[in-house]
Amino acid sequence: MSKTSYCAYLTGFISPEVKDTCSSSVECRSPPLIQFSQSSVPLHRNYILSTFCTEHNVQECLSHINQEVSSLGLPPVWTESSGSSEMNVMAVLNCMYDLIQLHHRGLRTLENMEVEQLKSSSNVDHLQRTSTQLKEQLELSKRGNTGLLERERQLHLKVKSLQNCLKNEKDEVQKLQNIIASRASQYNHEMKRKEREFTKLKERLNQLLVDKKEKKQAIDVLNNIGRADGKRSLWKTQKTEAKHEGEMYKTLLSDYDTRQREMLLENAELKKVLQQIKKEMVSILSLRKPIRKDDKHPDAGIQADSEDEEQVFDSSKESVGLFSVHAREKLTNSIRLQWRRLKSHVERLDSQASLAQMGENKTDDAISRETHEEEMDRLKLEIQPCKDFIQTQQQLLQQQLSSPCDEETTSLLSNCYMLQERERFREEWKTLEKQRNLFERERRNCTEAAIRLSHERKAFEDDRAVWLKHQFLNLSPFADLRKPQMSKSKSCFLISETESSASSAPEKLIKCRSDTTSPTPRCVPLTSASTADMHRTVCLVPEKRYVVFICTNHDMPVTNAALVVCYELFMLIFYFQINQTKWKD
Amino acid sequence: MNFSEVFKQSNQLCKVSPDGKYLATCVQYRLVVRDVSTLQILQLYTCLDQISHMDWSSDSLFILCAMYKRGLVQVWSLEQPDWHCKIDEGSIGLVSSRWSPDGRHILNTTEFHLRVTVWSLCTKAVSYIKYPKACQKGIDFSRDGCYMALAERRDCKDYVSVFVCDDWHLLRHFETETQDLAGLEWSPNGCVLAVWDSCLEYKVLLYSLDGRLLSAYSAYEWSLGVKSVTWSPNSQFLAIGSYDEKVRILNHITWKKITQFEHPSSINNTKAVVYKEVEKRTAVGSDDLSLHITIGTALYNTRSKYEICPSPVQIPVVKPDPDRANPKIGVSSLAFSSDSRYLATKNGGFQVQSLNWHRSGDSLMLLGKEQLCLCYMDTDQEDK
Repeated sequence: MSKTSYCAYLTGFISPEVKDTCSSSVECRSPPLIQFSQSSVPLHRNYILSTFCTEHNVQECLSHINQEVSSLGLPPVWTESSGSSEMNVMAVLNCMYDLIQLHHRGLRTLENMEVEQLKSSSNVDHLQRTSTQLKEQLELSKRGNTGLLERERQLHLKVKSLQNCLKNEKDEVQKLQNIIASRASQYNHEMKRKEREFTKLKERLNQLLVDKKEKKQAIDVLNNIGRADGKRSLWKTQKTEAKHEGEMYKTLLSDYDTRQREMLLENAELKKVLQQIKKEMVSILSLRKPIRKDDKHPDAGIQADSEDEEQVFDSSKESVGLFSVHAREKLTNSIRLQWRRLKSHVERLDSQASLAQMGENKTDDAISRETHEEEMDRLKLEIQPCKDFIQTQQQLLQQQLSSPCDEETTSLLSNCYMLQERERFREEWKTLEKQRNLFERERRNCTEAAIRLSHERKAFEDDRAVWLKHQFLNLSPFADLRKPQMSKSKSCFLISETESSASSAPEKLIKCRSDTTSPTPRCVPLTSASTADMHRTVCLVPEKRYVVFICTNHDMPVTNAALVVCYELFMLIFYFQINQTKWKD
Repeated sequence: MNFSEVFKQSNQLCKVSPDGKYLATCVQYRLVVRDVSTLQILQLYTCLDQISHMDWSSDSLFILCAMYKRGLVQVWSLEQPDWHCKIDEGSIGLVSSRWSPDGRHILNTTEFHLRVTVWSLCTKAVSYIKYPKACQKGIDFSRDGCYMALAERRDCKDYVSVFVCDDWHLLRHFETETQDLAGLEWSPNGCVLAVWDSCLEYKVLLYSLDGRLLSAYSAYEWSLGVKSVTWSPNSQFLAIGSYDEKVRILNHITWKKITQFEHPSSINNTKAVVYKEVEKRTAVGSDDLSLHITIGTALYNTRSKYEICPSPVQIPVVKPDPDRANPKIGVSSLAFSSDSRYLATKNGGFQVQSLNWHRSGDSLMLLGKEQLCLCYMDTDQEDK
């Protein structure tokens, strides 16, 4: 295959040149080229006769061949200048000979090249083979190397561990040596002590053997003293021995008894505690049972069983009293079961809480722990003074209730808070009373005054009526028709007079009123004119109460009427004055 | 706090009578009895030799004075000063002497622990107990005074004998599973006897009054073991202090460890309060910030106060010489408060001679070589 490729390479090299020169007859060139490329033998095989030259293109062929030959470096085959269409046979033959020589040379070079190519390819093969071999060898050696490294490492480790072991062993050996040393020193010490004692014994023995005068041991007591407990000492008999034995066993037994009692008490306590724990666990678990009833069917089943078991248990408890091994085992088993359940429950809660906490950290709704605590603190602070206040109140109340005191002080104490106010009220009441009295008096005075006034008025009216009657009876022939103007003027004059003398008149009028019989002559002319106009005079109403009614006689003369009018006016003014003075008083 | 004048004494022999009325001190060969309230000398007795040991009888009527070198024990009476009693052990020698709980018998341990002689002051009778063991605590009386437990050793084996103190009748005699019995102690209720092995083996055995083995406890092997053991006053707990600087507490029902306390050199516990004594010396300029150990100066010249140290607190630890026997490490003394709520422990080489709780249970007294420390605790009353 390498050869064919080499040939293809060669054709590739040659073919462009051929194609360039024979562009017109490519198709005729290609078959030989293909043949050439396909065959691996030299070029002198049979060709398919090419139809390069035909009768029509002889000249072109000639020129073309000339060109080709000249390009190869050979003398031309045919020259234009010769003019004959016939070729120079010699030149053609020479050319052909040259071409054949070239061809041979080419073949030879091709052979050489082929040989060289073969050689080189075989070299290449050889080299490739050696290279693969070397690569394999390299691989093998690498593997071998890693293996060796691994072994070395393991050996290192082993060495280290062995060194550790060695160290440990050395330490232990050291320790043991220390122990041995200390024991040895202790033994030596003891030995020395014993030896000393031994030598002392020997000396003493020698001394005793030598020194015959033995001192006897003796006791010298002035007088026997009594026993500590005062009892007589007993002879050593079997009875006493038995008694001693008995006493010894009694002590032991009493000790065991106390211990057993203590243990019973402890046991009872512990059992009580276990029962309590169990009850509490059951209550906790039963609380959560309604919540989790949907999810935990198997659990509910087990719990129902346990409840039955507990009911059975409670009843048995009364009867057996938890003293049998069976009951004890049952109790412990049930507690274990409950505890396991409680533990799983708590674990579940824990996981839930942690999840919830992780989720809650981001929500704003949940009150953070700090604010909650702050709130609590604040509330506590608020509560504290209130509590103190309540406490002081209570204390005072207590004090009050509990303090013993006599009647008046109690009464005093009971009313003590209102004392000041009461005093104030009392004073105010007094002042108000005074004022009230004053007002009463004044009112009485006023009413009296009013009554008096009315009486006086009545009297005065009576007097006036009487006086007018008198006047009328006295003045009637003259005064009727003549002097209405005069009466008017008189009345005007009188009015002015009355006005001027109004102030001085009242006393006199009063005086004359009190005198019921007859008015003074000075008053008469003033009042006589007003009688006629009595009925026409304006009823001056000075005050609401003092309406002056003018009772009239229609037959009165004009002057009299004017006078009467004046008089009335005067009276009114007088009333005003009286009232004013009265009220001023 | 008021202090009286200093009274002379020798051999640290100074004891208050059990009824609290008298104070007896020994000065060389004299025994001085004072009234506690007035500190006036009531009686003065003279012994034949320097007094090595002095003890009150349980009814506060008699005092025994033992002179070990001479092998003599003299007993004095408070009621009758003329009364005298002398016990001569003779050539056999005397190593220790003690009262019996009824106050009428004296138990003398002879030299080399050959035997225990029980002398009766009522009848002048003598009893002998053979092969007592020479150990840290070989004899213990029960709290009610009825029984006495005695450790014995015969043929390289440990035994415990229980005697009835009334007439010294041997009630029980049993072998213990110890290698080398170091001590025994009755529980306060008198029903259980705790027996522990020497420090070469960690083993605590519990026997009931009638000699049955109730339980055995061993925390670890090989290292040095039990250093000190104490019962709680209500007999419910047994505290074991060991050389590994830990206290382990056993409960009386199962006799198993319910808790253990450690004594770390650095205290990090937020609940712990550490008081450090800061002394102000008048003579020396620098402060000596040590917890209990002081270099002696005149007792009344130093003024000290306690400061609260901020945690973590580093306690100054002196590493003992490991080659020496009976190293000064480990929990050496334990004391329960009277209501069994608190436990005071002393670990390490601190110079604390004794820990004593007050009967009310809220104050603790530490007696050092040269110092006395009273600790008051502010305990809240909790509901029972």
